[in-house]
Order: sequence, then C-alpha cells, then structure tokens
Amino acid sequence: MKLFKRLIPWILLVFAFFILPVMADKDLFGFSQFRLNLFGRYFSLAFVALGIDLIWGYTGLLSLGQGIFFSLGGYAIAMHLLLVTKNDFTTGANGLPKFFENYGVDQLPFFWEPFWSFLVSIAAIFIVPSIVAGLVGYLIFRNRIKGVYFSIITQASLMVFYHFFNGQQKLVNGTNGLKTSTTEIFGLQAGSDDAQLLFYRITLILLPFAFLLCKYLTSGRFGDSLIGIRDDEPRLRFSGFNPTPFKVIVFIVAGALAGVSGALYTVQSGIVSPQFMSISMSIEMVIWVAVGGRGTLVGPILGAVVVNYLRSLVSEALPEAWLFVQGALFVFVVVLMPDGIYGWFTKGGFRAMLAAFGLAKKTATYPKLDLDESAQSESASA
Amino acid sequence: MELVFSQILDGLSIGSVLLLAATGLAIVFGLMGVINLAHGEFMMLGAYVTFVVQNIFRPLGGTAFELYYIVALVASFVVTALVGVLLERTLIRRLYGRPLETLLATWGVSLILIQFVRSVSLAMVLGIGVTALLGWLAQRFLPMSLKQASFSSYLGGAVWALAGVLGIFSINIFVSFGRFFSNPWFGPRNIDVTAPKWLQGSWGSVAGIELPGIRIFIIVLSALLLAAVAWFLTKSVWGVRIRSVTQNREMSNCLGIPTDSVDSITFGIGSGLAGVAGCAITLLGSVGPNLGASYIVSCFMVIVLGGVGNLVGTVIASMMLGIIQSIIGSGSLLIAFPDMPSGLQAVTEFFATTSMSLVLVFIFIIAFLQFKPTGMFPQKGRSVDA
Amino acid sequence: MSQTILDLDDVSVSFDGFYALTDLSFSLRPGELRSIIGPNGAGKTTFLDVITGKVRPTKGDVTLRGKSIVGLSEQKISRLGVGRKFQTPRVWENLTVQRNLELTASPNKNPFALLTETLSDVVKDEVFKIMEYVGLAPYAKWQAGSLSHGQKQWLAISMLVAQSPDIILLDEPVAGLTDEETSKTADLIKSLAGEHTVVVIEHDMEFIRDLGAPVTVLHQGQKLTEGMLEEVKADPRVIEVYLGESDDD
Repeated sequence: MKLFKRLIPWILLVFAFFILPVMADKDLFGFSQFRLNLFGRYFSLAFVALGIDLIWGYTGLLSLGQGIFFSLGGYAIAMHLLLVTKNDFTTGANGLPKFFENYGVDQLPFFWEPFWSFLVSIAAIFIVPSIVAGLVGYLIFRNRIKGVYFSIITQASLMVFYHFFNGQQKLVNGTNGLKTSTTEIFGLQAGSDDAQLLFYRITLILLPFAFLLCKYLTSGRFGDSLIGIRDDEPRLRFSGFNPTPFKVIVFIVAGALAGVSGALYTVQSGIVSPQFMSISMSIEMVIWVAVGGRGTLVGPILGAVVVNYLRSLVSEALPEAWLFVQGALFVFVVVLMPDGIYGWFTKGGFRAMLAAFGLAKKTATYPKLDLDESAQSESASA
Repeated sequence: MELVFSQILDGLSIGSVLLLAATGLAIVFGLMGVINLAHGEFMMLGAYVTFVVQNIFRPLGGTAFELYYIVALVASFVVTALVGVLLERTLIRRLYGRPLETLLATWGVSLILIQFVRSVSLAMVLGIGVTALLGWLAQRFLPMSLKQASFSSYLGGAVWALAGVLGIFSINIFVSFGRFFSNPWFGPRNIDVTAPKWLQGSWGSVAGIELPGIRIFIIVLSALLLAAVAWFLTKSVWGVRIRSVTQNREMSNCLGIPTDSVDSITFGIGSGLAGVAGCAITLLGSVGPNLGASYIVSCFMVIVLGGVGNLVGTVIASMMLGIIQSIIGSGSLLIAFPDMPSGLQAVTEFFATTSMSLVLVFIFIIAFLQFKPTGMFPQKGRSVDA
Repeated sequence: MSQTILDLDDVSVSFDGFYALTDLSFSLRPGELRSIIGPNGAGKTTFLDVITGKVRPTKGDVTLRGKSIVGLSEQKISRLGVGRKFQTPRVWENLTVQRNLELTASPNKNPFALLTETLSDVVKDEVFKIMEYVGLAPYAKWQAGSLSHGQKQWLAISMLVAQSPDIILLDEPVAGLTDEETSKTADLIKSLAGEHTVVVIEHDMEFIRDLGAPVTVLHQGQKLTEGMLEEVKADPRVIEVYLGESDDD
C-alpha cells in the first residue's frame, strides 16, 4: 500500500508521457492537440513551483519575484530562436530579428551576441537566472532581511525588472515581447504540432530530474537546516551555522528552476513578454504551491497543474469569473487548507472529514503524526 | 530653474499621496506585523467613491457641486475604513501571527476587489444579496441537531457554496431583465473626475512661480491628515492603546486593553488613509481598476526606506521618492541643465522615464540597505525576538 | 590571563540610554562550573547575549582564550566553542528529535559539507548515547514539536551536549521541570563540568544548591557579589536585593 502510494505520481507521469499524446492525436474523449499543448504548459510551470516550494515551503522565505527568473529563462531561449531562424516571419531586411526594424536598430545589441550559440543559450536558460538570483539573494540575505521585508523587496525587484524590459524597446522589443511561434527549431516550426509534442515530451522528461534534485536537496541534513531556518533561524546561528549561504544556494536553485520553467513555457505558449514579470503572475506561482501543498515535493507539481487547468476551464466558460475564483481560492487555501491538497490528504485532513461524516474510524489525535503512516514517510523524506 | 521648482512641487504632491497611503500601511504593519496587499485596491476604492460622489452631486450644479470634493474626501475615508474593518474582522483576524499567509490572502482580496469594480452591475449586487440572504437563512433555520453534528463545519461550507451557486444563477436571471440590470457601473475602462473650480488653476504665485491649486491642496491635505494621525496616536485614548499594543501585545492584553478592537480600529484607520489617498489621486489624472498595483510597490519602498512606526521616516522617504520620480523621470534635469557632461547626460537620459526612474530608486534603496539594513530610522531598544 | 578561558572586561550595554549592564567584569577558568543568580532585570540574559554575539557591548571587551570576540557574528562565536541554551527551550519543531540532534552535532557546518557528507558513525553513536542518557531514545522519530515542555528542555540541553562546545551557557535549564527531572539535570550538568566550562543561570535556589558551584549575583547590570551559595545568601546586600525572597523559591 505504502509502495503503491509512492508510485502514483510516477504512474501519472508515464500516463501523461505515453497516453495523453495518443489521446490528443486520435481526439479521444475530447482531448485535442490544443489541450495537450496546454498540459505541456502546466507541466512546465511545475518547475517554477518546485523552486518556490524550496524557498518558501522548506526555508520559509516568501519570494514574490520568481517572475524575474522565469522571464529571464524565457528571454534566453526566445533570443536564441529569433537569431538563428531565417525566414520571412522573423527576419528583417538587415538579417536581424524583424522587430529591430521598427525602432531603426541595425546593430545587434552586444548582449544578444552569445545567443547565436545553441549550447550557450541552453546554459544561459538556467545560468543567467542563477547569477541574478545569487546576486539579489546575497545582497538581501547578507543583511538578515527576512519575513515580510524579504517578500516586498523581491516584489519591488520584480517591478524593476518589469519596467526595465517594458521600457527597452530597442533592446528587447519592450512591451510586445519576443514571439517564438514562427521561429524554427530542429528543423521544425516552433508553433507546429510536431514541435509542440516534442516540447511536451522534453518537459515531461526534465520534470522528474527537477523533482529528484529537490528531493536530494531536502532529504539530508542540508534539507534539515533549511527547515531549521524556517522554524528558528537564530537557533541555527547559535549552533554555529551561517544561514546566509544556505539561503543564497536555495534562492539560486529556485531561480534556475524558474529559468528552465520560463524557457519551456515560452516555447509552448509561443511568446515571452514583460507580462511574465507582472506582480500578479509571480504571486500566482506562490498560490500554486499553496494549493498543491507546500513543504512537500508532489504538492507544487500537483498545484501548478490543477490550478492552471482550473483556470483554463473557468476562463473558457466565464472569462470574467476567473479573478473572483482565483481570489476566493487564495483566501480559502490560506485560511482553511494551509497544507494544500496534498497535505490535506497525507496529513489526515481527508480522513478527518470522512470521520466527521461517520465514514471512517476516528484516529487518535495525539500523537497524530506517529500513527499516520503517510505523514511519517513524508516527514522522513522532508 | 522654474521648471525644476515646479517639478519639485509635482514630486511633493506625488510624495504626499504616497505618504498618506504608506502611513496607513505602516501603522497596520507596525501594529499587527501584517502587510495588506489589498492596500492599493483600497486606494482604488477611494478613487471610485470620489467618482460616485461626484456623479451624485453633478445634477445639483452650482455651489453644491463645487463642494462635492469635501464630501468625497469624508466618504472615501469612511467607506474604505468600513471595508477595512470588515476585512480585519472576517479574514485578517483568523491569520494572526502568520504574516506571510496574510500577505497571500490579502492579495486574493485585492483580485476580488479589482474584478468587482470592473464588473459590478445591479444584477451582480442583487446576486450577492441573494447569496447573503440564502446563506443567512440557511444558518438560521438549520435544525440544531445538524448544527451540533461533527460534520457541521463541512455542512456550513457546503451551505454557503450552494448559496453562492444560487446567487450566480440569480445574477443570470437578473441580467436577462435588461440593460438597466446588466450594465456594469464602471466597467474596465478608466474613469475621470473633474476637479471643482476652486481647485483648478493657480493659487497665486511666489517669486514669479505659479502655485498650482491641486498640487498645493494635496500637500496641505496630507500635512493636515498626518498631523491628525500624529495627534490621534499620541494624545487620544485609543491612540495610546494602539501604541501600547504595538509595543507589547501580550502585556496590553493582560492590562485589559481590548486588543481586538484596537486591531479593528487601526486597520480601519490605515485603510481609510488609503481611501483618502485614492481620493487625492483622482485630482492628478484619470483612474482605473488597476490603480492599486502602480502605487503599492512605491508604498513598500517608502516603508523599507523610512522604517516602520516612524512618521518622520515615512515623511522623508515618501517625499524623496516623489521628488526623485518627478525630477529624474520627467527628464526635466536635461532641460534645466543643458550643458552637463555628455556621460552624465547619457545616464540621465537613460533613466528619464517614469518607469526607469523607479528602477533608479530601487537600485538606490538596495544600495542603501547594504549600509543601513534597518532603514533610515531603525527602531531602538531590546528586540523582542531572541 | 592564561588561567582564564572567558573574560568580560568593564562591559556596558545600553539600550537607548537604559543600561542593561554597567561596567561588568567577569572571568571563567577552563572546566569551571558557575551559577549566576539575580532578580528579574538584573541583566542575566543580556550577559549571555553579549557573550554569544547577539548584542554588541557599548563599552568594554569580551575575550575568549585571550582573543576579543566583540563584533563577531553569532555563528562565528559558536564555532569558536560557545554554546547556548535559551530561556524558552528552542528546538526545530518540524524536525524529529534525532534530526535536531544530528544537525547540531554536525562537525562541518557549511552547506556543501551538509549536502555531500554523511554523518560519521562516531557522531551517530554519540547522538544515540545522549538520547539514551536523557531518556529521549523512544522519541527519536518524533517531531520535536509534539514533545512535552520538559522533554523539549531536555532536547535543548541535549543539543548543546551534542554540539559539544568548550563553554556551555544555560539560561534557566530547569524551568518547568519536575523535581525529579531537576535533580537529574543537576547531575547531568555536574558531569559536563570539567570537560566543559559551564555557566548556569537559574532562579531555582534548590537547584543552585544541588550544583554546589560558586555563585555570581547580578543586580541592575552589575556584579553584586561572588562566592559559595551559603556565603552569598548571608550577604545583607543580596538579602536586600531579593527582599527575603531567596529562601522561599
């Protein structure tokens, strides 16, 4: 039973990898190519959610600025695709990406140069966000800024990056962003069904690696010290640990995951724009984690997929209602379901509900954690 | 030079609006350790209240219309303060001691407020009324045995969810009654408020420089309000209570200070100040449902820079922010000093937009925090957390 | 100087003009066990804050093995061999008892070592021995947050033992413990002295008597007197400070 519970996420993953594309291809159960593409996007958003879980769920630092790193990853891949693609849609008369013509730029800005290379661009997807995260993180954590202050400073830095990308038309096409859907990759047009299926599969192949990386980081004494920072940081200092490098490392990893996430999302949505750095998008990322279950590793993936799927469904049916639903979801999860969906199941919330309706035997409330098998395995892996 | 002076006046008036909003945020943060992300939306509410009051007064015409703005000031304070108290009693209170969760929940509230303003119509108000009525009736007439059952909390949730669904259905029915019911009151577009005549134009001149009425009015207004807040906090009974809870909540509770009411009142005042700030913003240009987002981050910067629970710090920080934004952001330095060295000129030009001046301000703040991590005016004394 | 391990030299600490410590001088010999008593507000906790780097002295110098530690961060001072237990038992509530101990017992405290190195068997055995000794072994897999108050106190002290610093500072180690637990704690502390230098701050006079160590009395940020408990208790100034409370405690 325990083993089976552990296998569920992997079974779902295999299902998503092999069965969903077939369903989309054959249009089974109304599942179309369009839906498959949407699911690809949801899975790519799971990466940034995993990163947020590391810094918020485990380390207790609520970053409202993950959109920075997400967008940086997206811009990195988009810049590469725009440079190397030569076709009528994307290339202007002077051989540069077309949008430069609109602003009369005929000299490629210097920071575009490295993105001619495929390998450099792939590396940049996670290295550039890491460097920015490391720098910002170091400057903030060095001064023992934490709690709400950390949140509002990360949000302010997000605004800064947003304004910068939004205002610099000559460098990155300003508010219009960079369109990747008409570019070409591996000889395929990035917007075509074949390319999208490829991106979907790449996303699903990378996701377990991101999961295992987070597992590696959170399972040992390193992970314990992260929880130590969350529970009682001064105590950790007095035990001889310097929390700053721990926090910087976690912030860097979260930034790198966000970068990968942004790149995968960009190629699947066909565009990267400063909108990715809007205040709301970054807070939404946090709420995916909260809905799924923070402090667990399955939770963020679950949350990213479930919330975004819900978003698609609601927006298609009642476009105006989504903000209401989302707002209510925020409030509901934070107040009534602080452990999220996954935590609700594993920490006995589901059983408590069944018990309340007389459908399950009441469990002893103390020591609850000791009797609850799943909570045990969770805390052992946490 | 005159240009620079008038830009400084501009900056001071923007700074005054920031000051009002940031003071509200800072008082609440100081007392409860809570950052209200819906604070910007409270400003937006204040602006919309002003718009409504104006439309009510417009048919009166003449002197009565000229005075609408005074009424709007009071109304925007009262309405947002009431919404704030409601928010505190229903939501913030449940999250006491969990500041990060409060941050997220208030963001959820801000989303609801934005969409509410965008799509509120008579049908929607009636629908909400139906939901509230059904929910209340169900609670009222639910048999006692069910209420005391072990699953009552789940049942209550289900009842409200059902009432909500019925409310949505009733909205659809009301909408079919015609445009009078279905037309949104404000819609997603920006709205404009006409300043009364006595605020328009110039209020005389000093040394050949015109004093624009609106700007001076906003500066004076925020100075007066700030003085009132300072008086309230230092001299009034509730003010002393608020300060005592800010310094030591447990001890105040033990001494019989009603911390619950103190929380509500503080939150109400903080929200009310945001409402007044929103009312003032309507004088500076048109406003829309997204007004809040553009101001809230500036408010944060003020708090980070000026420190919490320190009115002087808040004043200096907000004025600095306002002036930097208006002088550098407008590019007036380039016009005032045409013969600056070319390197400096290139830098000034690069930052000479409103958004880029924000970038500059932020870089400045991060640099500043490296030397003074606790802000310009750190709170002294033995810190409570060990 | 070579005789002492820790010296406070004319140390003053002021918060906004209020002096929590005034010209306090104090020294400890290696292996010594010392008790510190004093009424509330005497500056006992600030005294520990100054030593552990949480508060920077306004005036004066703190030296550890002859080297000044003023201005060093808490973690640096801790790594130099100063460990502290707080007034309230502070443990990481969401980690198990065993993991709490293993974390503090980690010899390398940098993030990369924690990621790559596994804890040596010696340290693991040590952790188990400590848990056995304080009776926490059955609770090894429990979340620390679900322990009782007394167990948390024990865990907090155990964490210090696992960390094994040269100087152990204990702020009210027996607050909220039963009589039996208190006397067991006294035994534990006495066994620590010698190998470690131990400073105990307590209100519980019974416990201080059990320890049988020299007592320093603090009052209003100054050292009032020093000596064995019986001598100190006979001191009229001490009686005045405690207003006759001392015997009833």
